[in-house]
Order: sequence, then structure tokens, then C-alpha cells
Amino acid sequence: MNVLVFLIPIALGMGGAGLAFFFWAMRNGQFEDLDGAANRVLIDEEEEPD
Amino acid sequence: MNAPTILSVPEETGFTDTRFTVPDMRCAGCIAKIERGLAEVEGIEAARVNFSAKRVAVRHSRALDEQALLGALRQLGFEAQAAADNPLAQDDRETKMLLRALAVAGFGMMNIMLLSVSIWSGLGGVTRELFHWLSALIALPVVAYAGRPFFASALMALRYGRTNMDVPISIGVILATGLSLHETVVGGEHAYFDGAVMLLFFLLAGRALDATMRNRTRAGIGALLGRMGRSAGVIQPGGTIVRIEADRLEPGMVMLVAVGEALAADGVIEQGRGTIDNAMLTGESVPEQAGTGDTIFAGAINLLDPIHVRVTAVADETVLAGIARLMDEAGQSRSRYVRIADRASRLYAPVVHSLAALSFVGWMVAGAGWHQSLVVAIAVLIITCPCAMGLAVPAAQVVASGALIRKGLLVKDGSALERLAEVDTALFDKTGTLTLGELRADVAGLDEEAKSIALALAQQSRHPLSIGLAKSLTSMRVSPAELSDVREIGGEGLTGRWGEIRVALERPAAATARTSVALRVGQASWTIGFEDQLRPDAKTTLYSLQALGLRPAIVSGDDPVAVAEVAGELGIEGNGSMTPAEKLALLEDLKRAGHRPLMVGDGLNDGPALAAAHASIAPGTASDASRQAADAVFIGENLMPVALAVQVARRTMAIVRQNFGFAIGYNILAVPLAVSGLVTPLIAAVAMSLSSLVVVGNSLRLASAANAPPV
Repeated sequence: MNVLVFLIPIALGMGGAGLAFFFWAMRNGQFEDLDGAANRVLIDEEEEPD
Repeated sequence: MNAPTILSVPEETGFTDTRFTVPDMRCAGCIAKIERGLAEVEGIEAARVNFSAKRVAVRHSRALDEQALLGALRQLGFEAQAAADNPLAQDDRETKMLLRALAVAGFGMMNIMLLSVSIWSGLGGVTRELFHWLSALIALPVVAYAGRPFFASALMALRYGRTNMDVPISIGVILATGLSLHETVVGGEHAYFDGAVMLLFFLLAGRALDATMRNRTRAGIGALLGRMGRSAGVIQPGGTIVRIEADRLEPGMVMLVAVGEALAADGVIEQGRGTIDNAMLTGESVPEQAGTGDTIFAGAINLLDPIHVRVTAVADETVLAGIARLMDEAGQSRSRYVRIADRASRLYAPVVHSLAALSFVGWMVAGAGWHQSLVVAIAVLIITCPCAMGLAVPAAQVVASGALIRKGLLVKDGSALERLAEVDTALFDKTGTLTLGELRADVAGLDEEAKSIALALAQQSRHPLSIGLAKSLTSMRVSPAELSDVREIGGEGLTGRWGEIRVALERPAAATARTSVALRVGQASWTIGFEDQLRPDAKTTLYSLQALGLRPAIVSGDDPVAVAEVAGELGIEGNGSMTPAEKLALLEDLKRAGHRPLMVGDGLNDGPALAAAHASIAPGTASDASRQAADAVFIGENLMPVALAVQVARRTMAIVRQNFGFAIGYNILAVPLAVSGLVTPLIAAVAMSLSSLVVVGNSLRLASAANAPPV
């Protein structure tokens, strides 16, 4: 059972990291324009031929 | 809009941000075109498109003003409008708060479940106690954070001596957490942390769905181009023109009203002859000719030539503001509507709470200790907590509104869907609602050659008549002729050269009764008349509404003869020359007679009726005020979304009732278990997730509700 001493903090830490990442993403405006993100994939890069 | 441009001191250094709405943005190409095109303009540092909200945020030097940026966008081929800083910020904050709470509840639920599963599989002794303590450590902050939306709303309701769905939820969650904490401290067997947090998670999912639905449709409605005159170009003594906000205009100022612009204040024409479109204000379909000395009203649109108008009445004194006051008063009745979830909770909360109290008393009388009695009572509260009920309404409404959006109808909120399902009479405005509200050309008399020449000329101009002509011809798949040397002379028309022949699109030589233009090709000449046409599917839509049991009728401010003609063609009853107050009175009479009228209208004159009706729908081309007053907005030329809205709303309410039925049925099965003290945390958790899944699954059946053709 000693392994729990490691496993539980690891599980909590991973969950907490996911939560922190989600909060960061929201504050960073990652969910502001979901349709736009889907469309931007289709825009060609403007490459200068050199 | 910003303050008058004259006040913004030109400054070479420093950047500022301005937002514009661009409703025509439809594809990835548009994003690239706008962002790259704007970035090339001198003075613009960066432009970022938000495709979902149909907005573009431009970071530019202060030397560039709004008009210059609008011009740059127009050159790229996009009609845009300056947007207020962020009108949706309030809703946005609420949604974000709910999403954060949902994420926290999800995190808590998963971790507590991890611990709970091991307890359920027979963990005992010190390890179980440790796990209970760990669960408590996670659950307490999670409940405190994720429960806030419910606690706040429950407190608010209790403060006013009322009860809503959040009261039983809050009591259940707080008692469950408190009891579990007590169990943990005394080393008891059962802790309900998982149940409490899971309940919060499911309910927050329902709330977040509800908020997302509201935001999505509001963004869509906000993105539609507003045509109302919110500012006016005022001619200064020196001859320069300064744009001034409508509420800062003063009597005596002279406004230059451009072609296609709406008047921002009432006034008298001082210079020029105008053709005035009063459709928004009065419902009249035929544009009115107005010359020097005639009075024209705020909200009217100037069609053909620029005119100078001396302001006579502003802000609160305009005819428009009078209509707005009527609207405010008419809107009162709708705020008294009680949503189905709250109606259900009025019955539900007392029943559940007395059941819990009774089981507590029952077990005490039967001789169990207060501790065991309390555990049973709380188990009753948890198991009956309206988990499925909290999802029953929002899940169904979100799916339905998503289905309707794909068909071009934006429903503002859940309450609107509930009221739409109940309507039994449909009143339609004529101009702009049953008809397209824009002038379309009658080109039947033209031969193929003339048509293609007319299209080639019309395409070159942004004049309302040219746009109407181009639209009519394009829809007939006419391809434009090759012209050279095309020129537009303001107020005169367009000229060009077709091979060696001179061609022109100009005002007719003799004044005609209806709006028309003359097409000249060499020596030959045609007169093209313009009129407002019925929406292509108006007749089928009315038929569908009748099949749904609604009685349609026309209420219009237009000339009774014109109304009778349309009513005859559609085979329904029609009332003409009605003032906004008369429309309102008609609706009030219908409501008093026990009917639930649906109002469909676009003009400002329909505003009071839209606000007073049991439910209301406006076309996307409607005035801002009407779109705000309406419960739903439909986009495009088809009227069918109106019939679809009623049909889908009814199916949605049927599903909602099934969901409620299921939630109640589940309670009837679970409550005896809880009252007899047989419910363990495991049973509570399984029952809760199962009932939520069934409700969500049932609601998903609505995804295709809008695809079935209305009967």
C-alpha cells in the first residue's frame, strides 16, 4: 500500500495540471473563435519564392 | 462609434483598437483576405478576425479614423460597421465563469470517484479513513467554488421569498457535504462527497449548455448589419462634415443624408429631392417622393439622391422614440412569463423537502438514533436532487436551437422556445416580412441582350436600385455583357459603351407612378419598374402554419388596397393602415380573448407588437429595435424558418416533458429505496449518472428535428 503515497499525489497532480492548463487556455482566449480556428487551417501560407 | 471625429486629435504615434462587425464573412478565404488586405493599409498595424462572432479587431494608428477603416474594408469587398467595444462582454463573463466551475467540478468528480471506487470495492480500516479525508480535502474547495452559481441564485430567490430550482439543489449539496464531513471526522462508513460533486458537475453542464446557446445566437444577431441611423453627418459652418451621434444632435443642425442612409432625427428637407423609404417606420411599401420643405422622420431611409435635412426634433421627441416608449411598456408582460423548469420546481421542492423531513421524523419515531435518521433524510435529498431535471430543459433546448441555427433561425433563449411552442395565432407584417422588403426589378419586358447589358451596368454601382436590378438578373442566371468605359454620375445614372453602341441606365424621362429606371441601348429604350416581391415560399409557409393549427393574418401599416392584394394572393385575412398603437391594441385584444399570438414583423412600427406578443420573430433585415424585441431572428429570403420554429419548439417541449416524466419516474423508483435507508453512495452515484445520460440521450433526438419538412 506504500505505493499509494506516490500514486495519489501523481494522480492529483496530473488532474490539477490539466485543470491549470484549461484555465490558462481560457484566459488566453483559445476558445474565443472556434469556427475561425477550423477555417484558418485552409488558408494557404503566402510564401515568397526566392 | 467614437466621439465626433473632430475631437480626436490626430497623432502620429500610438496605436488604438477598433472593432468592426463584418456579417458577410463566410469562408476561410474571407479571413485571409481581410487580415492580409488590412495589414497592407498604411497606418494599420494588425487585424485579427474573429470568425465565430463575425468581427474584426483592427489595431491602427490614431491618424486613421473609423471612416477610413470602413473605406478600406469596403475596398476589400466587405460591408462593415463599427461595433461597440464589446457588447457581449457581460454574457461572456457569465459563460466563462460557468465553464471554469464546470472544469473544477469535473476535476473534483474524477479524483473523488477514483478514491470512491476503491472504497466501494471493500476498502476498510485506516486506508478508508485516509481516502475519506482525501476526498474531503478535494471536495470542500470544489463545492465551494463550483457551487457558487447555485448558492448565489438560491440566496437571491430566498431573499425575495420565492423558490427556484437552485434552492433544493443548494440544500441538497450543502447537507450532503456537511454530513459526509461529519462521517469522515467520526470515521463512519459512508461519505457522499462523490454524489455531491457529481451532482454539481451534471447541473453545471446543463447551465453551461444554456449559456452557450444564448451566446451563440446573440453573437449571430449582433453581427447582422444595423441600418438604423445612430449617427449623422452634420454640415459645419465651414462646409466640412462631421459625424455626430444621434443623441448629440440638436435642432437646427443640417444633416447631409447619403444614399442608403437612415435618418437619425426628424427634420425638414432643406435642399435636394429625395425618394424616402418609410417601410421601417410605417410599413408603406412604395417609396415616397419628398422635396424641399417636406418633413421626414428618423428611421426613414433615403434611397436615391443625397439630401440636406434641417433637424427639427431629436432623441426623445422623434416619432421613433414614441414607438420605443410603446415598446418598453408592451414588453412588461413578457417578463412575467415563468419558465417550465421554475414551474416544475415550485411543485417539486416542497414535495422533496417534506419527504426528507418525513423520513427523518419517521425513523426517529421508529427508534433509530438522530444520526441514522439524518443519514436517511440526506440520502433522500441526494437521490431526489433534480439532476436529470436540471438537464431536462437545457439539453433539449440546446440541441433544438442548434438544429434551428442550421436552418437559418436564431432563437434568443430557452424561454423563447417555450413560448414559441404555445402560440396559436400568427400575425404577419407585410412589407419586409411577407415580402422581401427590397426593391426587385421587373425585367420581363427585356430581351436577352438588354438583360446582360443592364446587369453589366448595374453591377458597377452601389445604388439601391442597381443592387436590386443586379440581384434580380443574377438570380435569372443572366451573364453580364462586356462593356467598356462605364461611368457613374451621381444622381443621373450609369453610362457605358457596348462595342460601338452607347448604353445607359438612367432616370426615366417622364415621372412614373412607381419607382423605375430607363435602360437605353443606342436608340432603343426600356423602362424597368421596381417592386417589392413576396418571399418565394410565403404561401407554403402559411399553409404549414395552418397545418400546425395556427391562424395566420396580416397586420400592416401599408395602404389597405396593397394589403388586400397580398392577402388575397395568400388566401388569408388582412388589415391595412394600422398604426403601431393599433397593432398593439389588436394583440392585447387577442390575448384577452385567451389566444397566444405569434407576431412576425420587421419594421419599427412592429416593435411594440413584437414586444407584446406571446412570442415574436423578426427577419434578419429588420430594424435593430425590432430584432432586439423579437424572440428569434431568421436569416435569408425564405419565410419557412418561421413555421419550422413553431414545429421544432413544439417537438422540443414534447421532449422536455418526456425528460421530466423520466426524472419523476426515476424518483418514484429511487425514493422508496432512500426512505427505507437502503441507498449507499454507490447506488446514488450510479442512479445519478444513469438518469442524466438517459435525459441527454433523449434530447439528442432533436438534432434532426428541423430536417423533417413541416406538415
